Amino acid sequence: MNRLVGKGFKPINSLTKSDGSRWTVKEKLLLGLTPGEYMKVQCRNPFNWILWVIYIIGVPVLVGRFINGLGWATGGSYDYPWGLFLAWGLFTMVPLSASGFMLGTTVELFGRKDFKPIERLGLLNGLLGYLFAVMFLQVDLGQPWRLIYPMFVSLGPAAVLFLVAWHVATYLSVQVAELVPAYSEWMGLPKAKKAIRSMVLGLTVAGIILSTLHQGALGALFTYAPGKVHPLWYSSPFQWFHFLTSAIFAGLSMLIVVSTLSKWFLRWRCDDNFKQNLDKLTVGLGKGCSLALVTYLVIKIIAVAHDNEWEYLFTGWGQYFMFEITAGTIIPLILYTMAVRRDSASIARVAAFIAVFGVALNRINTALIAFNWKLYQEIPPWREVVIVLTVYSTYIVVYRFILARMPILYTWKDRN
Amino acid sequence: MKKIDRRNFLKGGLAGGAALAATGKATKAEASGSFGGYPNSMGVLVDFTKCVGCRTCEAACNKEQGLPAPDKPFTDKSVFDEIHHGKRHRRTTEKAFTVVNRYDIPGRAEGPIYRKFQCNHCQEPACLTSCFVNAYTKTPEGAVIYNSKVCVGCRTCMIACPFYVPAYAYSSATNPIVRKCIMCYDTRLKFGRPPACVEACPQEVMVFGRRKDLIKMGHERIKEHPDKYVDHIYGENEVGGTSWLYLSDVPFDQVGFDTHLGNEPIISYVKDFLAMVPIVLTVWPALFTGFHLLATRKEEANTKENESKGRGV
Repeated sequence: MNRLVGKGFKPINSLTKSDGSRWTVKEKLLLGLTPGEYMKVQCRNPFNWILWVIYIIGVPVLVGRFINGLGWATGGSYDYPWGLFLAWGLFTMVPLSASGFMLGTTVELFGRKDFKPIERLGLLNGLLGYLFAVMFLQVDLGQPWRLIYPMFVSLGPAAVLFLVAWHVATYLSVQVAELVPAYSEWMGLPKAKKAIRSMVLGLTVAGIILSTLHQGALGALFTYAPGKVHPLWYSSPFQWFHFLTSAIFAGLSMLIVVSTLSKWFLRWRCDDNFKQNLDKLTVGLGKGCSLALVTYLVIKIIAVAHDNEWEYLFTGWGQYFMFEITAGTIIPLILYTMAVRRDSASIARVAAFIAVFGVALNRINTALIAFNWKLYQEIPPWREVVIVLTVYSTYIVVYRFILARMPILYTWKDRN
Repeated sequence: MKKIDRRNFLKGGLAGGAALAATGKATKAEASGSFGGYPNSMGVLVDFTKCVGCRTCEAACNKEQGLPAPDKPFTDKSVFDEIHHGKRHRRTTEKAFTVVNRYDIPGRAEGPIYRKFQCNHCQEPACLTSCFVNAYTKTPEGAVIYNSKVCVGCRTCMIACPFYVPAYAYSSATNPIVRKCIMCYDTRLKFGRPPACVEACPQEVMVFGRRKDLIKMGHERIKEHPDKYVDHIYGENEVGGTSWLYLSDVPFDQVGFDTHLGNEPIISYVKDFLAMVPIVLTVWPALFTGFHLLATRKEEANTKENESKGRGV
């Protein structure tokens, strides 16, 4: 596409063609290309070849999981009930999607209009992350068709997971509502957009409440396992706060990562408003990240002090813990600080990639590696990894599909 | 920027209120306060010094619960030599709700010691308090039972159980459920009869009775033979107390017990978070709407100024 646009092709960015007639939905879906051209573009893209390979192997395995059961597909055992599906799909995807409420808060609540060019990308990153976290959950649940049971059939309101279920469900609808404006512009439905604009503050505040609680609740889920999670990754009073503060820089860093990838691979879709503001906004997001990172680092150290766990630091586990803190927190903190001081978006981007890695490492450590530290460590079998790759690829495909079409990276021409 | 007038403020409040209504239930922490157990709940006192490792209890459990035939017959003693993943002895599975393991204790005159193990039926069960569909019930008789009809299969109960008891039917694609000892609730306990394993034991290793009485009995036995028993009843206070209680003549950590679990029920570790939930739900809406008003007050003033100018004063 980048090449086509270089040759002068203009992808659809308004309701009407140059002669005044409206684009049809089919034309919008094909970005204004003919079906033949569209197919050609798709086949030329080497990333699609990789996706094909993943799907050819992954789809049969994914289907097999529902035919043969979890025992066939995963390393799930009596001692390790949770595996990669949750460690990556839920515990990592959800913090990486905190960008939705962060950007909503920045722009709508604090009135920082200058972040507007990247707001919708933040919201979309949030929505899709949550949607696919639910997808991962559905792959992992023993009886996914009972997903609504905690809502309507049999309620266990005192459980942390009950709160997670309700909040993620409610928050998903809040995020859908927050993205209605982009959809309504694209489809030409101005009324829907107006309705959402009138309640945007309420939605934003609801987003903050729900996010504070369920990001924290994901951490609190592990407080049920005081003897199983290694003490360095466990803190009864602070676990929820660790997960919440790390979700803040995780979401913002993921937004930097996604915007960087968009700038590279979807350059044709970004308009000048996005491209010209991106470097400045990246540094701005980096500033937020450095504040969240330093908060997280301090509360992590306080947790070690609170439970007097210093002696653990000198064990093998302690060295691994210090690796996680150094690579996943201190290094991105230093890089972000440098980025802000030198006003350098490229340093912030490097920091963002490392911070995303750091959060993923922390969540996988808590859920899998430091879990059952007194027993033995489990390596996920290949089918489990293949399913994770397949579902995550679908996330990327859907993400790319929406970015290429709806006004996320560009401004719609005939705004109402 | 949208102005906050009264109407919009109310709308914002309504949306926040809706979120509150949808989620407020989570704040009703049923488990708050401490629950010391039902007064007349039953229990079982297990005395490891009497166990000879005949596995009769395993066979009785298998029959009573209608479980599939085991890979090795119940008379086969070679199972005691099995070492599983992580250098561990056998554990409870979806096909075996109770297992007996042998522990070789150097210097013990009587030779190896045997330990029977099954669900301990906690006073404040972690499986129960962590379940978001309320699939678990602690009955007044003392059993922790499970309703497979509502189970979604999230397996948080298995994460939460400090004793690694619940097993999951991973092999089933259509109806995987949690499987564990229910103290023969449906067939026996409900009618005041002891669990099948207790009744089947030829060595009278186990005594079935009111938990209160069993604790007294345990302490009396320790008092009568202070040189024999370890001065501790495992389960009297561990994680808030369990219905199954254990006596041993070797330290409990040498017969596969976790002696670092503490006496707090597992839910106590979660309460720090649960207590924070209502605060966030009630304080955040006003706090952040207030931030919004503060952050946008200049803009607000400008708009008003422009409006009054626009009227052509």
